[in-house]
Amino acid sequence: MSISTPSTDAQADDRTAVLVLEDGTTLTGLAYGARGTTFGEIVFNTGMTGYQETLTDPSYHRQIVVMTAPHIGNTGVNDEDAESTRIWVSGYVVRDPARRASNWRATRSLDEDLAAQGVVGISSIDTRALTRHLRELGTMRAGIFSGEDLRRGGHPRPTEELVELVRSAPAMTGADLAREVSTPEAYVVEPSGEHAGQEPVATVVAVDLGIKAMTPQRLAERGVRVHVVPSTTTIDQIVALAPDGVFFSNGPGDPGAATTEVELLRAVLDRGIPYFGICFGNQILGRALGYGTYKLGYGHRGINQPVLDRTTGKVEVTAHNHGFAVDAPRDGESVAPHDGGRYGRVVVSHIGLNDQVVEGLACLDRPAFSVQYHPEAAAGPHDAAYLFDRFLDLMRDSAGASGSATNAAPVTPSSESEI
Amino acid sequence: MPRRTDISSVLVIGSGPIVIGQACEFDYSGTQACRVLKEEGLRVILVNSNPATIMTDPEFADATYVEPITTEVLTTIIAKERPDALLATLGGQTALNAAIALDEAGVLAQYDVELIGANIAAIEKGEDRQQFKEVVEKCGGESARSEIIHTIDEAIAAADSLGYPMVVRPSFTMGGLGSGIAYDEQDLRRIVGQGLHYSPTTEVLLEESILGWKEYELELMRDTADNVVVVCSIENVDPVGVHTGDSVTVAPALTLTDREFQKLRDIGIAVIREVGVDTGGCNIQYAVHPDTGRIIVIEMNPRVSRSSALASKATGFPIAKIAAKLAVGYTLDEIPNDITQVTPASFEPTLDYVVVKVPRFAFEKFPAADPTLSTTMKSVGEAMAMGRNFTEALGKAMRSIDKAGSVFHWDGEPVSGEALDELLVEIARPTEGRLVATQQALRAGASLEQVFEATKIDPWFLDQIQLVNEVAESVASADALTRDVLLEAKRHGLSDPQIAKLRGMGAAGESTVREVRYALDVRPVYKTVDTCAAEFAAKTPYHYSSYDLESEVAPRERPAVLILGSGPNRIGQGIEFDYSCVHATLALKDEYETVMVNCNPETVSTDYDTSDRLYFEPLTFEDVLEVYQAELAAGPVAGIIVQLGGQTPLSLAQRLADAGLPILGTSPEAIDAAEDRGVFGRVLAEAGLPAPAFGTATSLAEAQEIAEGIGYPVLVRPSYVLGGRGMEIVYSAEQLTGYVERALHAAATDDRTTTGSLPAPLLIDRFLDDAMEIDVDALYDGTEMYLGGVMEHIEEAGIHSGDSACVLPPVSLSEAEIERIRRSTEAIAKGVGVRGLLNVQYALVSDVLYVLEANPRASRTVPFVSKATGVSLAKAAARVMVGETIADLRASGVLPAEGDGGTLDLDAPIAVKEAVLPFKRFRTTDGIVVDTVLGPEMRSTGEVMGFDRDFPRAFAKSQAAAFGGLPTKGSVFVSVADRDKRSIVFPIKRLTELGFEILATQGTAGVLRRNGIPATIVRKFSSGRGADGEPTIVDLITEGKVDMVINTPSGQGARADGYEIRAATTAADKPIVTTTQQLAAAVQGIEAVLAGPFDVWSLQEHMAATAERHAAADA
Repeated sequence: MSISTPSTDAQADDRTAVLVLEDGTTLTGLAYGARGTTFGEIVFNTGMTGYQETLTDPSYHRQIVVMTAPHIGNTGVNDEDAESTRIWVSGYVVRDPARRASNWRATRSLDEDLAAQGVVGISSIDTRALTRHLRELGTMRAGIFSGEDLRRGGHPRPTEELVELVRSAPAMTGADLAREVSTPEAYVVEPSGEHAGQEPVATVVAVDLGIKAMTPQRLAERGVRVHVVPSTTTIDQIVALAPDGVFFSNGPGDPGAATTEVELLRAVLDRGIPYFGICFGNQILGRALGYGTYKLGYGHRGINQPVLDRTTGKVEVTAHNHGFAVDAPRDGESVAPHDGGRYGRVVVSHIGLNDQVVEGLACLDRPAFSVQYHPEAAAGPHDAAYLFDRFLDLMRDSAGASGSATNAAPVTPSSESEI
Repeated sequence: MPRRTDISSVLVIGSGPIVIGQACEFDYSGTQACRVLKEEGLRVILVNSNPATIMTDPEFADATYVEPITTEVLTTIIAKERPDALLATLGGQTALNAAIALDEAGVLAQYDVELIGANIAAIEKGEDRQQFKEVVEKCGGESARSEIIHTIDEAIAAADSLGYPMVVRPSFTMGGLGSGIAYDEQDLRRIVGQGLHYSPTTEVLLEESILGWKEYELELMRDTADNVVVVCSIENVDPVGVHTGDSVTVAPALTLTDREFQKLRDIGIAVIREVGVDTGGCNIQYAVHPDTGRIIVIEMNPRVSRSSALASKATGFPIAKIAAKLAVGYTLDEIPNDITQVTPASFEPTLDYVVVKVPRFAFEKFPAADPTLSTTMKSVGEAMAMGRNFTEALGKAMRSIDKAGSVFHWDGEPVSGEALDELLVEIARPTEGRLVATQQALRAGASLEQVFEATKIDPWFLDQIQLVNEVAESVASADALTRDVLLEAKRHGLSDPQIAKLRGMGAAGESTVREVRYALDVRPVYKTVDTCAAEFAAKTPYHYSSYDLESEVAPRERPAVLILGSGPNRIGQGIEFDYSCVHATLALKDEYETVMVNCNPETVSTDYDTSDRLYFEPLTFEDVLEVYQAELAAGPVAGIIVQLGGQTPLSLAQRLADAGLPILGTSPEAIDAAEDRGVFGRVLAEAGLPAPAFGTATSLAEAQEIAEGIGYPVLVRPSYVLGGRGMEIVYSAEQLTGYVERALHAAATDDRTTTGSLPAPLLIDRFLDDAMEIDVDALYDGTEMYLGGVMEHIEEAGIHSGDSACVLPPVSLSEAEIERIRRSTEAIAKGVGVRGLLNVQYALVSDVLYVLEANPRASRTVPFVSKATGVSLAKAAARVMVGETIADLRASGVLPAEGDGGTLDLDAPIAVKEAVLPFKRFRTTDGIVVDTVLGPEMRSTGEVMGFDRDFPRAFAKSQAAAFGGLPTKGSVFVSVADRDKRSIVFPIKRLTELGFEILATQGTAGVLRRNGIPATIVRKFSSGRGADGEPTIVDLITEGKVDMVINTPSGQGARADGYEIRAATTAADKPIVTTTQQLAAAVQGIEAVLAGPFDVWSLQEHMAATAERHAAADA
């Protein structure tokens, strides 16, 4: 199938941008944001709201994001909704960027932000055709070229040359990226909202593998003090903070390459410290338990994904952003394969209803659980916010049940009445 | 949870006649529900008084009752059918109110019927203002500050704390009926007075004004496992103050951040849970302050609504269908998404396109009405369009409206100076034309800020309109139409005619633009509505056009038949035509790939399940031609059906044929022959059929000459119209001059015609006074005719057939007369060259059968005739159009083996069609109801059918279904024209015998008394109250002291007399009789009602009885 734009003589126009995929597909559109060249893994996001959160989500590091919603930028950019301090996407593909931002909270326009942060984008292309192409062929490497980079010596650069450049860019499989997005310094998020200024109900160490600002906030508003720490933090450093629980965040890259993080988590599990992981944190739990992870054809990126919570039988509409998934037995209990079953029994607690992908793991003999999707939402629905409460319950029950860190007895999350 | 096993039969209540605020979206939802329930193996019992619905086709239910939706009738049906459950959330407010009434009357408890899909407590919490306010607060939302009042005095007191302007909303009314905005005490007294009357609980809510806030709606669904999904968000382009049904709306919401949107979602989910909507759909409306983001929850509908239909079409998520499944026990995750077939329904659709809905109004039918839009819905229909961006969707939606002045234009010089200031004042008032006026203001150089100040339309939308202006400017100023220029114009929704006008290309410009477009390969592609923004493959070919890169139309091998729908509902062209289009697709599906083209989101035809392929596209020449080209590229096309969707597709026939499209059935030439009075006159002359003297005029002088020749009064109308648009009875030369001048003025503002001449010739006919009008629907295959039905009008000729009650089989025509009608109809069918349906209107005067007009197309009465005779005329017509003969159809059972609608036996049931009129919705600027007298211009929005074994009972049922029924006791006011005074004596005498008290004005009372009928004289309105405060007749009516009014206006000028009486009667919701024929029928009907409760029969029982009679006759 070919969806390439027929080449036009507008190639040399300064307004032009070209999107090139590694399979040779090229789409000509208008330059958006910064001019220049960018490479990345091209993925599509189906959310109709939340472009500011998406752009600032570190999990999109080194990805070119295609928005399926045609109008982007309508509400501009504000000072509250960013999920980190910068835009992480390596490129941005939209159909109809707003000419004017309209929202009472907007402080600037989106293109201003994209240009200021050097994010190369492209607009006015058939994003639906591109999405269908990616759905059928899977995510792949891509590049966006605009401005001077489209020319060489006053002539348009030949397409073959651009395709070659894309093919020589690094691929996502095998990429270890947590270090690139993690906070350089640890910081603390104190209890907020109705808990502001009060003694924390629990202390959590959140390992930043690409954490979104909303995650510590969701814990903080439940009275938790959150130590957000760099991905390079050691188990001793974690234990020194005497946490009631440890949290691993979302983040970019291939979980298969996250060896250090897997080892760190095993050390946490060995100590019986209650654990909650989101997204990358779910994949790392999967690997720590000895399950495999694999790359999905085109991933889940959107805010409308139905997930079944098997403990309650209820469906939640959730925010997703993942290209990899855990390969664990979907039905019934299984014994975690790592080290001859050292971590005991595990169930797949959540399942994606669109394609039956594993969306959550719960250890039955260890105080640990994780989900593949985003209960912190931002962007997305708040249906899964209960998972933070579940984490609090787990920490509370674990503290009451053990008293020792040797976890002699199996620890079961209280709210998970097995079915 | 799988389907409940404790339910084996369900009673479904439909929404009754089409009225403003409750249109064919409930046929769409009800049809889906019936289909689902039947598939689930349940016995479906359906009640709906509206014969023009697909849901009342006998195959959609096990027992179909076309009976009045009244507590009494429903009780009879429940007692007879003993359903296990009642599903009332898919039939609009009518069904919901009927369910509440049944519950209150103890009927549900008595017969052990479970209300499914909603419970009474939830309905009350959702609809009762005070209870709902408490719910909202509990859910962390805010309501507008408000007070509930029950009297006008309480309202005045409330004004002290709430301040003006203030919104007035009566409880438990639909479509915002009776609500309005009070700017001062005088307004308040008037609106509250009406509101208290309309509210079944005599309760009105007054609230702080949130005028000008941004307005949003969410469509939610909940299942028994408490899973909730938001199916769609809708943003109103018109801010708060305009009823959402009258607003231009967009899906998805386009000017909210995720945080703001999620807040609406959180509140919505909390509300649906707190209200306790067990299962099914629900709609919640919000206002958002543009400067602070403060959110106010305006209201909720705990049922499937008009917005749900829009949301279903906009997203591909079939809310009504899913609601029906949830009601019988399934959960969302157990129901597959039809479109992907692999993912479940427990998700939230995501759109990669923009949907725009534009309302269609009918103010031209009610010239006296105040055209300001408010919180009372006034639009009669809507068009929806999809595009890959807002401007593309908006342009398509606006041209789908199919009405002069409804699209953006760049004619003449932009206004400036004072005219611009005036324009900015004008657009502050929401009206039908505001969006175009806004575009003109921006074009004239007004700043976005100025226009925002005036309209409060979000600046993002204003900027998009400005973008269209800029694109138009670049089209106008380009040196040549290059590919880039054209592509940009098309991507922002400009049509070929708009581009041609911008280039100053004249009449043939549209084809030139198209040729240039084709030469430069600027063609639309067709995208798919797939609920998931292409994340999963779509299995349902539900398409919309866009100027983009990739087309998704799949190749096919079976030949296609394209069926053109009827576009937005309007008075004169509504659900009846959609009914015929749907039947065509059902009739042809086995042999052909049926392809529906339509732009009306309310209809069954635009359900993606109805045809093999659906193109949601405007019904313009350009858009239809492109669909045809796309389908031709996909496979063979057998032809295109234009005669079932009413005037809109019919008016395209000639151009489509000229462009080489194969028109199925009656040829465009034949269609013209019937419209062209000269040609048609020759057809009649050849057949020896008399027609009233007539002429065709293209100028005033010509019109006057013809009228003189024929003799006044004459009936004048433009040719090529539907619903009697612009039709008037003209009594004098002076009146004729006025008429022609108005027509010329209208032509000058019509962007589809060149100015200075009449847009179409005027037809001038002799007006036949005192004639019996007869309507005939027939089918002709070229050699044989099938007479579908002969309908005798109850009102005399001169009242539009769409507004007139009629009866089938005719109760006062002899066999010889029917035979004469048959021969005449056949002669016309043959002479004109009909292949398919033909509708002929006759007038019988002094034993002469005049042909009034013939229309070689599906008529409004096709569904009524089909339902009354049990034969689907539209299905048969579709098959005739693809080449089958009537003999074939008799052999295959589509038509009865013998006989037809002209040979119904004496025991055949009698069907009465009654029209439903919207006068109550339309007020003059002084707040008085517009005049309610019937005339040659159609103004009804819908119809009901009364079906029983004789005329009096059928008539009584039709009255009960149309407006609540005839009185059985009390007082009747009589005031008739002199010529009617003789004929009322007998019926009025009968009324006194039945126990009614007669009130009359002096003149009428004199006649009655001399005939021995006691009558009380009451003061005329013009006399005012008496010295001791004696009330006038209008006072008595307003106070509810009159139970029925008989007022026949007569002749020239006198038609206006009695206006106050008629207006007061309509406002008081009492029956009004305006012709003597109606009076006779009413008296017969009253006698029938007094004889005892109605008996009920399902259509299936009627059909079985007919079959038995035929078998007995054969034996």
